[in-house]
Amino acid sequence: MVFTQRVPKELAGEVAPLNGALSESALASLPVADFGLYLHVPFCNVRCGYCDFNTYTSTELRGFRREDWANSIGLELDLAKRVIGDLPDIQTIFIGGGTPTLLPPGDFEKVFDNIESAFTSDIEITIEANPDTVTKESLSGYYKAGINRISFGMQSAVPSVLKVLDRTHDPKAVSQAVELAAEVGFKNISLDLIYGTPTETDNDWTESLLQALSLPINHFSAYSLIVEPGTKLHQQVKSGQVAPPDDDISANRYLIAESQALAHGFNWYEVSNWGKGGARCRHNEIYWQSGNWWGAGPGAHSHVGGIRWWNKKHPAVWAQDLASGDSPAAGREVLTPDQLMFEAVMLSLRTIGGLAVSRLENPNPLLGLAKDGLIDPKKLDQGHVVLTLEGRLLADLVLRTLMK
Amino acid sequence: MTPPIVGSTEQAVLRNFSIIAHIDHGKSTLADRMLQLTGVVEARAMRAQYLDRMDIERERGITIKSQAVRLPWVGRDGRDYVLNMIDTPGHVDFTYEVSRSLAACEGAVLLVDAAQGIEAQTLANLYLALANDMAIIPVLNKIDLPSAQPDKYAAELAHIIGCDPSDVLRVSAKTGEGVPDLLHAIVDLIPAPAGKPETEVRALIFDSVYDIYRGVVTYVRVVDGAIHARDRILMMSTGETHELLEVGVISPEPMPAAGLVAGEVGYLITGVKDVRQSKVGDTVTTVNKAATTALGGYQEPKPMVFSGLYPMDGSDYPDLRDALDRLKLNDAALVYEPESSVALGFGFRCGFLGLLHLEIVRERLSREFNLDLISTAPNVIYRVILDDEKEMIVTNPSEYPNGKVREVFEPMVKATVISPSEFIGSIMELCQSRRGSLLGMDYLSEERVEMRYELPLGEIAFDFFDALKSRTKGYASLDYEFTEEKSADLIKVDILLHGDPVDAFSAILHKDKAYNYGVAMAGKLKELIPRQQFEVPIQAAIGSRIIARESIRAIRKDVLAKCYGGDISRKRKLLEKQKEGKKRMKVVGRVEIPQEAFIAALSTNNGTEGKGTKG
Repeated sequence: MVFTQRVPKELAGEVAPLNGALSESALASLPVADFGLYLHVPFCNVRCGYCDFNTYTSTELRGFRREDWANSIGLELDLAKRVIGDLPDIQTIFIGGGTPTLLPPGDFEKVFDNIESAFTSDIEITIEANPDTVTKESLSGYYKAGINRISFGMQSAVPSVLKVLDRTHDPKAVSQAVELAAEVGFKNISLDLIYGTPTETDNDWTESLLQALSLPINHFSAYSLIVEPGTKLHQQVKSGQVAPPDDDISANRYLIAESQALAHGFNWYEVSNWGKGGARCRHNEIYWQSGNWWGAGPGAHSHVGGIRWWNKKHPAVWAQDLASGDSPAAGREVLTPDQLMFEAVMLSLRTIGGLAVSRLENPNPLLGLAKDGLIDPKKLDQGHVVLTLEGRLLADLVLRTLMK
Repeated sequence: MTPPIVGSTEQAVLRNFSIIAHIDHGKSTLADRMLQLTGVVEARAMRAQYLDRMDIERERGITIKSQAVRLPWVGRDGRDYVLNMIDTPGHVDFTYEVSRSLAACEGAVLLVDAAQGIEAQTLANLYLALANDMAIIPVLNKIDLPSAQPDKYAAELAHIIGCDPSDVLRVSAKTGEGVPDLLHAIVDLIPAPAGKPETEVRALIFDSVYDIYRGVVTYVRVVDGAIHARDRILMMSTGETHELLEVGVISPEPMPAAGLVAGEVGYLITGVKDVRQSKVGDTVTTVNKAATTALGGYQEPKPMVFSGLYPMDGSDYPDLRDALDRLKLNDAALVYEPESSVALGFGFRCGFLGLLHLEIVRERLSREFNLDLISTAPNVIYRVILDDEKEMIVTNPSEYPNGKVREVFEPMVKATVISPSEFIGSIMELCQSRRGSLLGMDYLSEERVEMRYELPLGEIAFDFFDALKSRTKGYASLDYEFTEEKSADLIKVDILLHGDPVDAFSAILHKDKAYNYGVAMAGKLKELIPRQQFEVPIQAAIGSRIIARESIRAIRKDVLAKCYGGDISRKRKLLEKQKEGKKRMKVVGRVEIPQEAFIAALSTNNGTEGKGTKG
């Protein structure tokens, strides 16, 4: 057996300052913009064939230990305080992975203890969970630690599809986990689903949706499978073992998702996200509204006032920097006004709130887009660019048309 | 005894010769070795392949432009001789230049790789030399190679030339073995020039090269009379006169001299800036004492293959024009005129001697001038007789008239293929599929055969050579010469996207091939053109008759599924790149076509010839 060393590829950008310093103008945005925290847990027991996230199985950690995570995160939050002074009001925390539920609730309590004073009273704290790795006790522990939203990686209810995705869980584990989460007190439960997996049929997808939407959840995300370079799935597609996902099939599946969502009382609020009774992931909304957040953890991305930076990917390297008192940033981007505008359009266009016509330099293409049925003509009359169902499927095309 | 002085060399000690060889058979190495053995270049100053000046030549191992070097050599009789080595271009498109180089010599060294035997091109040039009654010295090179089979190929050469196998010299240009004997053989076997030294001067231009510092350098062989450094010269084909600024010989660097006399080979510099004022094959005489009859054999260069060259980025158009103007200074055969294409914008329709010439020009434009170009599929020149008997010359398929055509003439070539005999069947099949007719076939030896075909130039102008190579495991060689034009059943196929014709994809084809072209092109474009917001029909049409159709379905999904905190920079970069890509798209009607699609669609003629066999 060959063990390959994961050598993470970093995004290209400029060099980030060693002390993590931000410009005055970036810092000035902190009191006025929404602020969230992202905490990255880079551990997985196995890596799924389609996943290109920054995750490490135990043999790949090069001496870093799972039990070191909370301590290093604490060091990064100390750095955050040095860089931005007192933390602004924290509206949301999102603990993503990897598999955050590989860590015990106590690790998160330890992290929260140091920053709790900045929490808003209605703070949203989400944890991503693998249905396999939770028990009633652990769920209860996370809830008691203050985590009030949980998102399970369900992907599919069909065993053959899960197998193609390399997912280890039994489909039944999802309903059990959701029921347990509801039982221990979680009121905000979300499921992640993937469609367009090779071998999946329309019926498989409908079945997955029906099972998911019958559970006590108030939110779900549905993503078309993307074959990312560097993944096992990419290899399989390249060698012809697995047929690549087909765009037309994915488009149909999206329409199926939308109709099942509506039938079960869920409404879209971002191209890949639906919620019931007004439920949304407020943390993600910070991303889509170009808000501020500090991402702590290996490979985590942050954004404050037009500066984006990202941490070194390997946990051992990240932790080493922090232990030396340095910023673990691998690189950063100081966005130009044009880039900020481009991002704002790119992100807001994907949401139900859409984009104010007044933000566009050249609104001329809007009429054509409305005529082609890609944006809502009524909303356009009110000065807003909001995608229609067809437009959601062609969001990038709409964006390119608007940003010509 | 003092060596002969330039400008007063006796004809009796002069030997003018060329080396006829195939690409890679070692001509340049042999020339280098001769420079070294005759002492004109010291070993340590020796740069491999000294005579090939241009980078592209060096990289491709071929010689595009010939030059002439004066070499001193002491013969077996102890006498000082002067050998003028006239280098010849080594490719099919430059046959005329080869013929002029040969016309400047009394003899030729026929150089053949002892591991490969003679190739079609060499054979064609050999026939040229034999037709000129030149002395031929057959030589096998690379005898140091383990794979060399000198006995076998000596027999083959002897059979072709009609000599004894023991007359075939054996050398290794690489090690130098046998090269002194070859130099002696040149003295012994090649006749001395026999011009009239006292009469009016007549000198043959066999090459003409533009140099940025000196202007045009004209290489001549003085046939009769003498040229002096301060003469005013007259070009007999144009009647233009020029003041001579410098006369000299190359040895191997330019050496000015007082003049050149009958039998000598050297260069003239007049300060003109365009090689068109100093044409290969023309006769130079002097104004004071002008000759009345020019030397024979002069021809105007005639472009046979045409292609549209367009800048990828429309704003590079002026740069392309300047680059072509610059190349033209050194390339008398290159012709071009501005044209515009609905699909490709503004560019130039360029005429070339042949495919290699086209490729060299295209490569020089990209390498020396840094231009990104789209070139349309090469086509030949057609003479069209319309119903009203008017005549039309078509160099661009999109200009071909729709209907009202009484007759069309296309250029033909006589092609020679030399190949191991095991491939005869598949060569015949290929030539037949290209509308060829077999003119004759001869065995050069038991295993090697020479096949002669008449073929339409249009059928070999695209990928014939590639197809030939792949069918013969690379062993076959090809040469062709233009013969005449012939009437043929030709029609134009247009390609329409969303109802709009795309001029760059129009092609003139034989009636029997139109359908295949239409189907293949429509299929190829379907793969190459990304899906658009609406359905795009692709049609192939002859006039108003649709012969093939495909359809690109409307795009239904163009959105990245995930866009969270860590995805934003990456996604923005991706979309910015797409936006840039969109700017470079060519738009036909409402259809956006990426440049890559144009390049891929135009890369071969019709896609009916399997590309899969190529590596």
